[in-house]
Amino acid sequence: MKSLGNIRREFAPWNNPDAKPYIQFKNVTKQFGDFTAVNNLSLSIYEREFFALLGASGCGKSTLLRMLAGFEEPTSGQILLDGQDLRGIPPYRRPVNMMFQSYALFPHMTVEQNIAFGLKQDGMAKADIEKRVAEMLKLVKLSQFAKRKPHQLSGGQRQRVALARAVAKRPKVLLLDEPLGALDKKLREETQFELMDLQQTLGLTFVVVTHDQEEAMTMADRIAIIDKGEVMQVATPAEVYEAPGSRFVADFVGNINTFEGKVADRNGAGATISSADLLIRTSNAGEIPVGTEVAFAIRPEKIKVSSKRPETGDNVMEGEVYDIAYLGDMTIFHVKLGDGQVVKASSLNATRATDDPLSWDDKAWISFRQDAGVVLTR
Amino acid sequence: MKGLVAAVTNRLVILVPYVWLLVFFLVPFLIVFKISLSTTAIAMPPYTPVLTLQDGLSALWAQFGEFSFDNYLWLTEDPLYFNAYLSSVVIAGISTFLTLLVGYPIAYGMARAPATIRPTLLMLVILPFWTSFLIRVYAWIGILKPEGLLNQVLLATGIIDQPLVILNTHSAIFIGIVYSYLPFMILPLYSALEKMDFSLIEAAQDLGCTPVGAFWKVTFPLSLPGVIAGCLLVFIPAVGEFVIPDLLGGSQTLMIGKTLWNEFFANRDWPVSSAVAVILLLLLVVPIMFFQQAQARAQEEGR
Amino acid sequence: MNASWSRFNISAIVLGFAFLYLPIVLLVIFSFNESKLVTVWGGFSTKWYVSLFHNQGLMDAAWVTIRVGLISATLATVLGTLAALALTRYTRFRGRVLFSGMVFAPLVMPEVITGLSLLLLFVAVGLDRGFFTLTLAHVTFSMCFVAVVVQSRLVTFDRSLEEAAMDLGAPPVKTFFQITLPVILPAIISGWMLAFTLSIDDLVISSFASGPGATTLPMKIYSQVRLGVTPEINAACTILIGIVAVGVIAASLVNKRREVQRLRDEQAAQRG
Repeated sequence: MKSLGNIRREFAPWNNPDAKPYIQFKNVTKQFGDFTAVNNLSLSIYEREFFALLGASGCGKSTLLRMLAGFEEPTSGQILLDGQDLRGIPPYRRPVNMMFQSYALFPHMTVEQNIAFGLKQDGMAKADIEKRVAEMLKLVKLSQFAKRKPHQLSGGQRQRVALARAVAKRPKVLLLDEPLGALDKKLREETQFELMDLQQTLGLTFVVVTHDQEEAMTMADRIAIIDKGEVMQVATPAEVYEAPGSRFVADFVGNINTFEGKVADRNGAGATISSADLLIRTSNAGEIPVGTEVAFAIRPEKIKVSSKRPETGDNVMEGEVYDIAYLGDMTIFHVKLGDGQVVKASSLNATRATDDPLSWDDKAWISFRQDAGVVLTR
Repeated sequence: MKGLVAAVTNRLVILVPYVWLLVFFLVPFLIVFKISLSTTAIAMPPYTPVLTLQDGLSALWAQFGEFSFDNYLWLTEDPLYFNAYLSSVVIAGISTFLTLLVGYPIAYGMARAPATIRPTLLMLVILPFWTSFLIRVYAWIGILKPEGLLNQVLLATGIIDQPLVILNTHSAIFIGIVYSYLPFMILPLYSALEKMDFSLIEAAQDLGCTPVGAFWKVTFPLSLPGVIAGCLLVFIPAVGEFVIPDLLGGSQTLMIGKTLWNEFFANRDWPVSSAVAVILLLLLVVPIMFFQQAQARAQEEGR
Repeated sequence: MNASWSRFNISAIVLGFAFLYLPIVLLVIFSFNESKLVTVWGGFSTKWYVSLFHNQGLMDAAWVTIRVGLISATLATVLGTLAALALTRYTRFRGRVLFSGMVFAPLVMPEVITGLSLLLLFVAVGLDRGFFTLTLAHVTFSMCFVAVVVQSRLVTFDRSLEEAAMDLGAPPVKTFFQITLPVILPAIISGWMLAFTLSIDDLVISSFASGPGATTLPMKIYSQVRLGVTPEINAACTILIGIVAVGVIAASLVNKRREVQRLRDEQAAQRG
């Protein structure tokens, strides 16, 4: 299979059938009264993986994390950590640590005392604690703030204290609940890379919960997309983006155009899909038989817009410019096709001026390659 | 083992205060109810039957036969008690309304004060609460007496030429209750008004409301939870108030708290005073339930 | 906001506070009155303070009041804190409705009823009335106030602090003493102060619950007031007010300093 995207991965234990998963959710269900937060969910996470649970709020992703930390017990099913069943083990005896969304820094303790708290619970010798705390402070670049109380720190500093406190005990797994949610956009982008470096340096397994797809895409080795307590897809960021497994995933991650229709004809690996008045030729139809109801999905950046009919192209369609959004780095054109469907196409503004500008209500052609889109049955 | 320890501590957290309140709050009420059905006797304790288990269960059962509703009948026959109940409710009601009238502008002013001085104002409202209630009531005697300060000032400025008789009248009780319970009214009002977004009033005025209209159509309805909480906090204790009618109202005033006190301490009629207490409690059950509900709701919202 | 703080608002506040404070100020002024007539100024004097300190009855009552206050406030704080924990942490247990009813009802219960019912309990179980029963009664009504104060703090308590402590390896009991208790301590302290104030201020419940030999200051003041207003009582009241005022002002100054420090820290944190 051709690799998707232009990133080559060395670390991919999930492709190795002999690799043993480090964390396993086996048919886990969690109910709160009548509400099912997690529904018969199974999931495997490998050692040293940076794993992201991505979903809208209330989808059950935080419940998964809290079950792993031990704050909630599954209603049914099993959670294994390194082969050991975690059922019945209270949070204070689990070899996982969590970084809380609110950071949960103890307000009556200094930065130092916060970081030392977990080590003291283990009965570590005082000198060792001091050494470890100093090491942690250096790691998160907060050595000069050791004696401060949490309220004397900025948001970004608090985030780093929370991180240092959670990794100080060298847990097998670090759980991060919306770790960057409280930071502003600029700081968030910087911190994403710091977190990735830290994970590399310490060689830990990270499980991060987030609702921010960009964050998940940037940091994670693999992403699990969760909806209504169920896993929709588990894959690398590039796979999730380029080969979404369902309409939900396609729509949830990034922007996409979907054409509902049927497989009208097949020829080898290729197929023709009819959607309203359109006939779309694609080479990504797999084994889907003729007559199946499908959706053809294609990302806006894979569609070319031009004011003149392109001379070549597998799929060329005519329409008129319906709306234009100029975003600076790119422009998104909404093109209304003959049958009324509106297609979004983005074009990178690689030069400051273009000799072929398009305006509202102009006639325009869109075109894309046979392998540019995906065919979705779910 | 650890789990057991945790389970026991969990139980204790609930059990200790629970048992304390059962023994010192609920059981005493049952005793009050029991004694209200007993007959006065010249003995110690001054009522019969005294329920004991010393003579066995059958004797205990026989003692139950001695219970009667005579005390309650007595309360209905003597108009004194009925009047006391009625005037307690009327006096408490009028006082509550007056407290609202006095307290609302103060709370409103505080809520609109610059944010920097609001904590100070709030402290100034709470501060008198820390000084003795008795002292604050006592202070008014010196002011309201016929030869007191208020009359001296009014006479000296020539507003009146005869001293006003205020002490030992209902007016003195109104003043006393308004004064003593004002913080209880201001605090819930203030917290309701302070939470309010004052741009709502600007929006109302922008949409064509006069300032007075905006007050009645926006501010007041939004502060209603505070108004209700404040009124209940003043009304309920005011109905059973003893110190204020006793010190400021003089011997003419009939209020139920005072009546109970006199029955108990002066007449030593424990069964009758217990019956008075039971009826007072019944009288207050509805507002107290209201209060509890309001509390529960506030708690839900706080969560 | 400043612009909307109109003349109406300012005068409402000024008049309101004048109403709240004038009686107390007058009381204090007339405690320094030479004349025996409380309302006629006869020149400055401190003689009523001198005679107050020679009034053994009042002094004894003051001592009883303070002891009852300290003991009952401390016990009430423990019980009230437990009650607050029970109410916020255990949303489901048998009899919870009755329990929360018993916690909130004493806040609005007329004192005559609480007093009478406690007295009848003490008589029924044959407990001699005195210092002990007085303390029990005070614990009972003031613990509910403590419970309300502590509960309102617990409601806003960030439970993730406790989860973080457990996540880092602290068992529940340790978590409570190392995290929960220190964080809610200010509320517990103000609960204690409230309980103490209620205790030393109480007249009605004390009158029922107390017996010979355990007269509190409010009971003493009340019996003297009934006989007539005397400057000696004014002096006693002034001292009480003074103690409270000094305490409250000191507490607020400490708070204010802490607040200023906090603001400064926060600004420093913003700068980096």
